[in-house]
Amino acid sequence: MAEFTLPKNSKVKPGKTFAMAEGSTNKKIFRVYRWEPDSGENPRLDSYEINLDNCGPMVLDAIIYIKNEIDSTLSFRRSCREGICGSCAMNIGGTNTLACTTAISEYKGDVAIYPLPHMPVVKDLVPDLTHFYAQYASIKPWMQSQTAPPPDAETLQSKEERAELDGLYECILCACCSTSCPSYWWNSDRYLGPAILLQAYRWIADSRDEFTGERLDDLEDPFRLYRCHTIMNCTNTCPKGLNPAKAIAEIKKLMLSRTL
Amino acid sequence: MSLQSPIGRVRGLGSAKEGVHHWWSQRLTALALVPLSLWFIYSLVVVTGADYATVVAWLANPLNAVLMLLLIISLYYHAALGLQVVIEDYIDSEWQKIACLILVKFLALLAGLSAAIAVLKVYLGL
Repeated sequence: MAEFTLPKNSKVKPGKTFAMAEGSTNKKIFRVYRWEPDSGENPRLDSYEINLDNCGPMVLDAIIYIKNEIDSTLSFRRSCREGICGSCAMNIGGTNTLACTTAISEYKGDVAIYPLPHMPVVKDLVPDLTHFYAQYASIKPWMQSQTAPPPDAETLQSKEERAELDGLYECILCACCSTSCPSYWWNSDRYLGPAILLQAYRWIADSRDEFTGERLDDLEDPFRLYRCHTIMNCTNTCPKGLNPAKAIAEIKKLMLSRTL
Repeated sequence: MSLQSPIGRVRGLGSAKEGVHHWWSQRLTALALVPLSLWFIYSLVVVTGADYATVVAWLANPLNAVLMLLLIISLYYHAALGLQVVIEDYIDSEWQKIACLILVKFLALLAGLSAAIAVLKVYLGL
């Protein structure tokens, strides 16, 4: 059976509390998932009290503040701090999102921060995305065509054809959607998940790509594609406001239209 | 322990080149079940409280018999397709999965065929 509870060594225990100095104002508590592979201990939830007057407005600012000023042992990924690299994807207040584009003021009360759900954890807030990236590579995310590109020009696309890629090209592969999908939780060994299927559709929908049939062949599978049961968590959680569920529906429609 | 590459694991046994038929059949039977279920509920209301002879006469009507057969076929086909998805989703162990899939298909066929033969028996007056 699919596992619905955490294994014994993954159960999250209460952790340390890093209290603020007496008399400090504008207090906000961040409860952060901590796990060190070398300690042999269970994961724990550490509480950090922060004076918001000393820290920037975004959740990533608070996490960086914690690492710089309170506890340098905290590990997390971050890079661009403007929602274009996808590094700081994590589960904040129960929703997968980017720490850098999410304001602290969106959360009433304490802010709970966990790594992306149902992925192997490397340390603290850093998930192991090896399998996710391998799935991305497996859909051949590059232009494939039989026609040789003109030697002295680009392969042209009409404005309408280019518009087909809107809502697809913006995907930054942060993995928020895939790791919010129950189908991906239970069957990610074979199901490609919303992020990769949206990327697959990005190449299927590209008028310059001539390998649509082969791409559909590779996806036509009860697990790779059809584990999507239109749960819509992907669309709900996407920090870029994209609609992976719709992209998957478009693939299913193309699958059907080549048999009917 | 496996030293297989991540992409090797993902590519695995390749695509099954299957799934469209299952997906489409599930939607078609769902669509068919909308009017058929409404008709069935309406019929239940009509024959409720009637005596045995009236109900048998109602089912012996060709239109009612055909609609009832269609309902039975769509219902059990749809149920088998849906349960197959649930089993594939949640059961990890390969042999348990296959055993459950066989069981569900056999049971759906057994129940569906029994119901259909019961309707035919009344319709043909055997």
